[in-house]
Amino acid sequence: MDCDAFYASVEKRDNPDLADKPVIIGGGRRGVVSTACYIARIRGVRSAMPMFKALKLCPDAVIVKPRMDVYSEVSRQIRQMMQDLTPAIQPLSLDEAFLDLSGTQRLHGAAPARMMAHLVRRMKTELGVTGSIGLSHNKFLAKIASDLDKPHGFAVIGKEETEAFLEHKPVNLIWGVGASAATSLEAAGIRTFCDLRRWDKQALAERFGSMGDRLFDLARGRDSRRVSQDEPIKSISNETTFNEDTSDPDILDGHIWRMAEKVSARCKARGLAGRVVTLKLKQSDHRLITRRVSLRDATQIADTIYRNARNLMGGEQRKGPFRLLGVGLSDLCADSMADLTGDLLDPDARRRAQAERAADEIRQKFGKDAIIKGRALR
Amino acid sequence: MKISIERGALLKAVSQAQSVVERRNTIPILANVLIEAEGDTVHFRATDLDIEVQDRAPAVVERAGATTVAATTLHEIVRKLPDGALVTLSADSAAGRLAVEAGRSSFSLATLPREDFPVMATSEYQSNFSAPAPMLRRLFDKSKFAISTEETRYYLNGVYMHVADADGGKVLRCVATDGHRLARIDADLPDGASDMPGVIVPRKTVGELRKLLDDDDMKIAVSVSETKIRFATPDITLTSKVIDGTFPDYSRVIPQNNTRRLEVDAGEFAQAVDRVATVSSERSRAVKLQLDEDRLILSVNAPDSGAAEEELAVAYGDERLEIGFNAKYLLEIASQVDRENAVFLFNSAGDPTLMREGNDQSAVYVVMPMRV
Repeated sequence: MDCDAFYASVEKRDNPDLADKPVIIGGGRRGVVSTACYIARIRGVRSAMPMFKALKLCPDAVIVKPRMDVYSEVSRQIRQMMQDLTPAIQPLSLDEAFLDLSGTQRLHGAAPARMMAHLVRRMKTELGVTGSIGLSHNKFLAKIASDLDKPHGFAVIGKEETEAFLEHKPVNLIWGVGASAATSLEAAGIRTFCDLRRWDKQALAERFGSMGDRLFDLARGRDSRRVSQDEPIKSISNETTFNEDTSDPDILDGHIWRMAEKVSARCKARGLAGRVVTLKLKQSDHRLITRRVSLRDATQIADTIYRNARNLMGGEQRKGPFRLLGVGLSDLCADSMADLTGDLLDPDARRRAQAERAADEIRQKFGKDAIIKGRALR
Repeated sequence: MKISIERGALLKAVSQAQSVVERRNTIPILANVLIEAEGDTVHFRATDLDIEVQDRAPAVVERAGATTVAATTLHEIVRKLPDGALVTLSADSAAGRLAVEAGRSSFSLATLPREDFPVMATSEYQSNFSAPAPMLRRLFDKSKFAISTEETRYYLNGVYMHVADADGGKVLRCVATDGHRLARIDADLPDGASDMPGVIVPRKTVGELRKLLDDDDMKIAVSVSETKIRFATPDITLTSKVIDGTFPDYSRVIPQNNTRRLEVDAGEFAQAVDRVATVSSERSRAVKLQLDEDRLILSVNAPDSGAAEEELAVAYGDERLEIGFNAKYLLEIASQVDRENAVFLFNSAGDPTLMREGNDQSAVYVVMPMRV
């Protein structure tokens, strides 16, 4: 199930004045389009498009700042409706999820197709958002099917027609085949599934390494990945694109803190901690710089993440101005394994961590703006 | 250049050189050892641009001269030659080859011109003194385990050697810490060392120095400047840049008011820690110490792998205490104790713990506890 222009639909639902206007969800002048409603899409606006470009294509668009809290709430309501159908749900994002309906026919007394149609109808009547359904015999094909008939669509790819369906489709339908993979496939003369099918398993493995095996199966519409709700999280990161490129150390420092705090908040919410801190920077010419440092002790403390990211920034400062900054945490583990040993040379670290925990509690009680660091205002 | 040299003497000189050269380096000449023959001596010199080692050995010099050759290859060849062999090295500078011959073996190695070999700039040393090898051995052996490998705090990547005030007057002191543990080792101040500037001796230099300090009672000539340190025996000279940074004020890290006192046989303690740590998780290596009236219970509880417990009879007369440590850190500091019992001084479960040998204040260790 893939919602149609989810954020935009929610905004239109909550503000009927927007119903027949092109609506773009995204932040700031310099940001990118997060979601565009279908009216805006007709004009050529796409997700991830820079906002200035979107506005050139569609100058009368109404730009709405994302209200993530509201979207999460609607998403949670949709998730609940899905749970009435099956416990095997794998959310991909707020507005998209795999559902495994195997063996539910007896339980519901209706075929999966009917149950999914029922789900989208409930979403429309009870929540005012629409979604598209792709129904097939594995995740790979279901995902493709969900895009076939958008918006408010319903597409089925049956087992029998799988090979014929894929035959002349371009290989970039494959999830994970981006521009660079497509180029290397094209260099090998592979453009369509039909081309791909001509390669045997070994030749694919030799040419494309670990991806080869998967390509061989996908070429035949085979995908044995299970629908699982607990794909382990490998990393947690946040990034922001600035309104204006900057090399101002104070401004960058403020961004590092805010990103560190967001990463930390997500870790705390999930009971996770990480051992590798990553700083990501994008220069004005879109060149990407990433720097990382391994900590001896995993952490979920914003102060520790911030200090390490700030250290990483130190060496890169002169490469500014930058247009984007991100902070990430990886090599994750449970938070019971985090921040186990203090630092002899930084005896205040423990007090800062305690202060952070106390501030977290205050925010929990009185809202997230109840108490903030001065540093966050930069 | 043509020389003949006894295999044992050559092996000793070349092995010191090959351990200094970097295994992976982008400047070819840095993989080479410079061989210079003159009079009745041959000099070997190797450098990684931070450390330079010079070694000399007696040899029969038929033709004076110099060349450079891959240090590890030469070392491997000499190592494999039979004991007592006489080795002849002859350089053919026109062909750019060094012939190595011993008995029926002969090798031809590629050389690089000696002019390309970087020689470390000589410098003025502010302080020159002589220190007995056993003293330097103790200073560095007991502190080096605490050297940090963290790149961001590069100034911790070595041993801070300096003159300090102790209870009984001035001492020569070595301190190393990585933020989790700290070692502070004192020795009598050698004559002429009192105006020595404090320097951070890099980890690699400490390792190389150790090879100089054979088990005998030799005197080592030490020279120190703000930027370099030199250790010399009659045959070997080790010169190293020191770490350009400020070592943190460690004195505030050493707890002064820890009153809970545990005395335990260091060997028994280390063995028990080692045993219970067998089941600890790879990631945390946490061991819990529960202290009660003359009793110490060591335990590990790792949900994924299992649990272990061991009880030791100890001397402890203070309030009950539960405190956790990384097993590796406990083993490391316990293994520094060689004569008397280990004395631990605790404050609370969250505060640094101090360890020393009996009442000996000249070797003090601090270790940070771990949440368990």
